[in-house]
Amino acid sequence: MKTSSLKEIKTGPAAYARYTGVFVGLAIVMFLLVVWNINSGSVHIPVREIARIIFLREGAGETTAYNIIWKLRMPRMITAAVLGGALALAGFLLQTYFGNPIAGPFVLGISAGSKLFVAVMMIIVLSYVKSVSSIMMVAAAFAGALISMGFVLLAARSIRQMSMLLVAGIMISYICTAITEFIVTFAKDADIVNLHNWSRGSFSGMDWDDVLISSVIVLATFAVVFLLAKPISAYQMGESYAQSMGVNVKTFRIVLIMLSSFLAGTVTAFAGPISFVGIAVPHIVKMLLNTAKPIVVIPASFMGGAVFCMLCDYIARVAFAPTELSISTVTAIFGAPIVIVMLIKKQER
Amino acid sequence: MGYYFKTSDLSVGYDGNVLIHDINIEIEKGEILSLIGPNGAGKSTILKSITKHLEMISGDAHIADASVRHMSFKDLAKKVSVVLTERIKGELLTCYDVVATGRYPYTNSLGILSEEDREKVFAAMRRVHAEELAGRDFHSISDGQRQRILLARAICQEPEIIVLDEPTSFLDIKHKLELLSILRSMSKEKGITVIMSLHEIDLAQKISDKVVCVKGETISNFGTPEDIFKTEIITDLYGMEKGSYNIAFGSVELPRPEGEAKTFVIASCGNGINVFRRLQKEEKPFYAGIIYENDIDYHVARYLAQEVVSVPAFTETTEEDFERAAALMDNCDEVICAGFPKGAKILERLEEKARADGKLVSSKAGL
Repeated sequence: MKTSSLKEIKTGPAAYARYTGVFVGLAIVMFLLVVWNINSGSVHIPVREIARIIFLREGAGETTAYNIIWKLRMPRMITAAVLGGALALAGFLLQTYFGNPIAGPFVLGISAGSKLFVAVMMIIVLSYVKSVSSIMMVAAAFAGALISMGFVLLAARSIRQMSMLLVAGIMISYICTAITEFIVTFAKDADIVNLHNWSRGSFSGMDWDDVLISSVIVLATFAVVFLLAKPISAYQMGESYAQSMGVNVKTFRIVLIMLSSFLAGTVTAFAGPISFVGIAVPHIVKMLLNTAKPIVVIPASFMGGAVFCMLCDYIARVAFAPTELSISTVTAIFGAPIVIVMLIKKQER
Repeated sequence: MGYYFKTSDLSVGYDGNVLIHDINIEIEKGEILSLIGPNGAGKSTILKSITKHLEMISGDAHIADASVRHMSFKDLAKKVSVVLTERIKGELLTCYDVVATGRYPYTNSLGILSEEDREKVFAAMRRVHAEELAGRDFHSISDGQRQRILLARAICQEPEIIVLDEPTSFLDIKHKLELLSILRSMSKEKGITVIMSLHEIDLAQKISDKVVCVKGETISNFGTPEDIFKTEIITDLYGMEKGSYNIAFGSVELPRPEGEAKTFVIASCGNGINVFRRLQKEEKPFYAGIIYENDIDYHVARYLAQEVVSVPAFTETTEEDFERAAALMDNCDEVICAGFPKGAKILERLEEKARADGKLVSSKAGL
């Protein structure tokens, strides 16, 4: 039957085989990157020893190799994976909200807004209290993300053209960065050392507390986003259609903004602003899956973001060792060309 | 009592500003209601208020006694589905995907389609003759195909009412008829009520059970097509100063040529229509005669000719009629004989007179 064969093409084994293939592929790449990340660095440690250190906890508290693996490479790699996933997810949500594949937390100035608030928190608040907890940093970053998102939305109300919205986002980004630089200039030296690396984006210096807090926050948010796959799929069709399917659009809009700002803010609080992951990863994932259905794109984007950031962090760490590159340097080299291709394609249509 | 869908003193508009007030419409289940009226009159505004895309300013609408104003979007989605003018966004969507979104109100919390849902999606696609489009990219199909897919989507939502905003715009005549006949059979077979705005008044007349005329601040007329499609109502609704609405054909006529007529057309039995239309295009004013009032020529001539010498149906032509026609012919420089059946004595006499006066320029007499 003609009908049944068509049914299979779209809804049957063919599509599912493709989805499975993508997920299995991502899992394999992720596994390889885990091994590769732990295995490389300025100090060479043989694979056999690594296995012993990880699985048997051999040499705990004594050897340098143990400390390098457990205190440096592992936490760094895990945060890169978790935060990379969060960035890709934030990008996907923003693209859904704006109905534009080129939206993302970095280009819309949301990361820069978070950065500004975290910088203020670190410099001004630190001069009054002794330490700032991760949770407070996340809260500050979330507030900054929401405020710059507010400006983007204000711009979006009067600007119908999507490309102009991006220009508005980039301008907001410049303003926030300028203010951050201004604050940094007048900060105490000790603070600057902290701020300098972070404000350019980096996964270095993560400890197990960071791993724990960021993982809990990000994975919980991921679960919420995944459970919202159905209304997100309706929202992708456009607001009017979403509403006619029974979605309360006004409420859902706020939910989308909160979730994407929260994810982008969390990433910025821990690793600083990281460019292009949010745009490039969901795009590649959709191409691989040949669908934009949230139920598969959400988990695949998360895994894709993790893989992408693990790879980029590996390059940032190893390419010019012992000098480290900022993570955005690497993500931009891979991500920006993808965005340019997307812009050109969009123009052609 | 008894009405399935009704609006009661409904006022609609944007941002609290009333555009149209006191809308009172009542239709029964399975009826087709068309909204007609000039561009920008507020047809879409009314439709959007019924579907809750716009907040109603005052009044309410009821579906089988349930207030639309107080209904949740979820409940409304199970009763009303839409075909909007707005483009469907979303990337990498096949036509199947688009139709499947119609099942949204019925799927589980992750939105996964059951086998039954899938059957319904394909049934809806068969209903609009679009099964072969299932695997095609939604953004690369033609306008006609797109409207059919959107209609399949609306059908698949298993609504009681389908609301369509100008579903026939951009469609060629074949696809217009196809779309409307699907709507017709949906309404008669499944009792689905259809509410839509239409630009084509000729089609609105033929498909609708009820018609609403939207113009100005209120609904200017509401009723059956027989009540609405009258020359005065339609010309007034669209503010047609030039041109006119032809009741017999349910279509519009371009304005009659201005000035003093110098051409006389002898016509009968439909032979005159082409000549009348040609003269209209050449902007030559003309007289026509002698035509029975049940002749199809009469229904065109009355809108296009300066004056028609006509005779009531089933009466004898008189000498007086001949004199009237002859008098008009004397004012003319040329006479065209468009054709009449053999044995129409009075027309034969008119033609002879024209020939005798040397005014006959073309003749197809005695067909």
